[in-house]
Amino acid sequence: MSVPINSYLLVALILFCIGLYGALTKRNAVVVLLSIELMLNAVNLNLVAFAKYGLFPHISGQIFSLFTITVAAAEAAVGLAILISLYRNRNTVQVDEMDLMKR
Amino acid sequence: MEMIANAWLVPLFPLLAFVLLVAFGRQLKEAAAYVGILATGASFVVALLIFFERFAEDAKDYIYNNFHWLTFAGKEITMGFEVNQLNAMMLVIVTLVSMLVHIYSRGYMHGDERFPVFYQYLALFTFSMLGVVLSPNILQLYIFWELVGVCSFLLVGFYFYKPEAKAAAKKAFIVTRIGDVGLFIGLALIFWWVGSFNYNDIFNKIEAGAVEEWKLTLIGILIFVGAVGKSGQFPLHTWLPDAMEGPTPVSALIHAATMVAAGVYLVARMYDLYLASPVAAETVAYIGGFTAIFAASIGLTQRDIKRVLAYSTVSQLGYMMLALGAASAAGYVAGTFHLMTHAFFKALLFLAAGSVIHAVHTQDIFEMGGLWKKMRITGLVFLIGCLAIAGIPPFAGFWSKEEILVATLSSGHIDLFVVALIAASFTAFYMFRLFFLTFSGQARGGAEAHESPGVMTVPMLVLAVLAVVAGFINTPWKPVLGEWLTDGFTMFHAGGHSAEHAAPVWVTLLAVGVSLVGIWLAWSMYGKGTIPQGEGGPLYRLSFHKYYVDEIYDAVFVKPLRAIGKGMYAFDVWVVDGLVRLVVAFTKGVGSTGARMQNGQVQTYGAIAFIGLVLLIAGLTIAGGYAEQWRTIFLQS
Repeated sequence: MSVPINSYLLVALILFCIGLYGALTKRNAVVVLLSIELMLNAVNLNLVAFAKYGLFPHISGQIFSLFTITVAAAEAAVGLAILISLYRNRNTVQVDEMDLMKR
Repeated sequence: MEMIANAWLVPLFPLLAFVLLVAFGRQLKEAAAYVGILATGASFVVALLIFFERFAEDAKDYIYNNFHWLTFAGKEITMGFEVNQLNAMMLVIVTLVSMLVHIYSRGYMHGDERFPVFYQYLALFTFSMLGVVLSPNILQLYIFWELVGVCSFLLVGFYFYKPEAKAAAKKAFIVTRIGDVGLFIGLALIFWWVGSFNYNDIFNKIEAGAVEEWKLTLIGILIFVGAVGKSGQFPLHTWLPDAMEGPTPVSALIHAATMVAAGVYLVARMYDLYLASPVAAETVAYIGGFTAIFAASIGLTQRDIKRVLAYSTVSQLGYMMLALGAASAAGYVAGTFHLMTHAFFKALLFLAAGSVIHAVHTQDIFEMGGLWKKMRITGLVFLIGCLAIAGIPPFAGFWSKEEILVATLSSGHIDLFVVALIAASFTAFYMFRLFFLTFSGQARGGAEAHESPGVMTVPMLVLAVLAVVAGFINTPWKPVLGEWLTDGFTMFHAGGHSAEHAAPVWVTLLAVGVSLVGIWLAWSMYGKGTIPQGEGGPLYRLSFHKYYVDEIYDAVFVKPLRAIGKGMYAFDVWVVDGLVRLVVAFTKGVGSTGARMQNGQVQTYGAIAFIGLVLLIAGLTIAGGYAEQWRTIFLQS
């Protein structure tokens, strides 16, 4: 018995939507970073699902998701580093207070 | 020195005076008058020399027309000047009257704040009119023609702080413009059909019969429309009486020499055209005849001294047109001869009227009276002017008016002859009504009148002498002027016309008779008072209100045009401007929304980018069919 591709895609969709919602609405920068991780993982899920059940099943999908996880880890590290330095400078992690781009 | 070859000097002096006064008028103050008098005096001397040179035996026309101005449609358009009999005479009239008016204004405008400006305008006016007269081609004439119009606008509106003067100036300009449009179309047609603006080329073509008659008729009538506007003929006469709002010397200038004479001059200058086209000539004659009696009948009842004179000018101009419309040598001579004599006695009458107004400070003749004793000189010259215009021998008007009657009679228009006779009697009546009301009887106004200063009376006396003797230059038994004017006019001889004519005695008697009846009637009504003045009748009211022409124009043209204007304005404000405002509001809205989005919040940007992506995908999904088409296009190419 095998799980149909639709289920994978549905889970990935839900995960992505939650992540997107969080990334766009949450005020806390840490939560925003977490949400981005969620979205990346949703993508990973899709990649793996297509690698197994897609029209042209191939191992490269799984390898690609490994790459993504690696890059995501690095990104999280860099993101958190920026966050810490921001916190040191401005004494806040609230995203809506970080509007330097306007100036 | 050949003065004729230097005829360009004549308009140069007033132009110089104008430039000088524009530059230094403020410093010169009332000395500006001397600049103007000197310049017009110099012009007058030159004009007189030219006249005598041209008057001499075996003198030739002089034409300089080589100044190359433009080339278009393969035709050269030149500028220059010319001297022939007609404009040699006109030069003298214009410069003489202008000079006298310049001198007179020295006294009349004394104390006016814009004294130098007045002299600027006068000089420019004289210059423009001399330019009209000297032009060797009709395009150059048109340029100066318009300049004359501008000057009349400036001078009629000289008291621009008076709303009537402002309105009158605008009216003078706009109404004459209507005529100018006709003239302009006529010019364009001449250039199209004849291929040249030069008088001589045009006349040669006409004489050679190279242009069809209907074309000549059309051109003739269109040019006459221009003359109708400028010379105040019906139906464009309404501006002339209103132009009385200007200072009185200006009225004298406009009515005698510089403005209204231009129309008559134009018709006389283009006379070959009217000789070649009987229909056009007939139009001129009938419009002239109708104007003569129409304006005279209005003049019968006016109360404003200057308005009476204005209507008499319109009427006399009608006479000139009537004579020119006879399309014969006699008509040509009579028209231009009357132009000359009229210039003298009408300038005289206006200057005298100005002197009266200057003394009593009113223009209503019913508030004057009894001025004969207080203003001897003015009264005398006014009487001479009245006798001259009424056509009493031996004054100037008698000779010219009689010639007009004879010319009309010999052209076979009995109806016009009768009209001219009636108008002559009207003329005598209203002029003497004016005279008796102003000078005889008891003073009705309160103002204490006294004679004007010498600077004003001397020009009047000069004109008075001319008004007496000018007629003798062209008496029936020795038509010096007539023979001279028609000398070398090939068209007359070709047509078998002759300058010689014997006036039947009964015409003379009739002409003098009707004038005397008019004078007697005026005396009985306004001098002695034996005949009731009969005011208030329906005919009186009709005449007093100028046949309601102004009201009719107002209802027929002005109001509808104004309504159209208002409609256009509303369209402009609501539709055109509305569209513009809509675009503005849209752009502004987009701008402010865009500005609000740019708040520096990364999350907002993210949200917008996301919405954009969604819209893009939605669009692509809905218009999925196009994708197929695009693919086929790209694959094929």
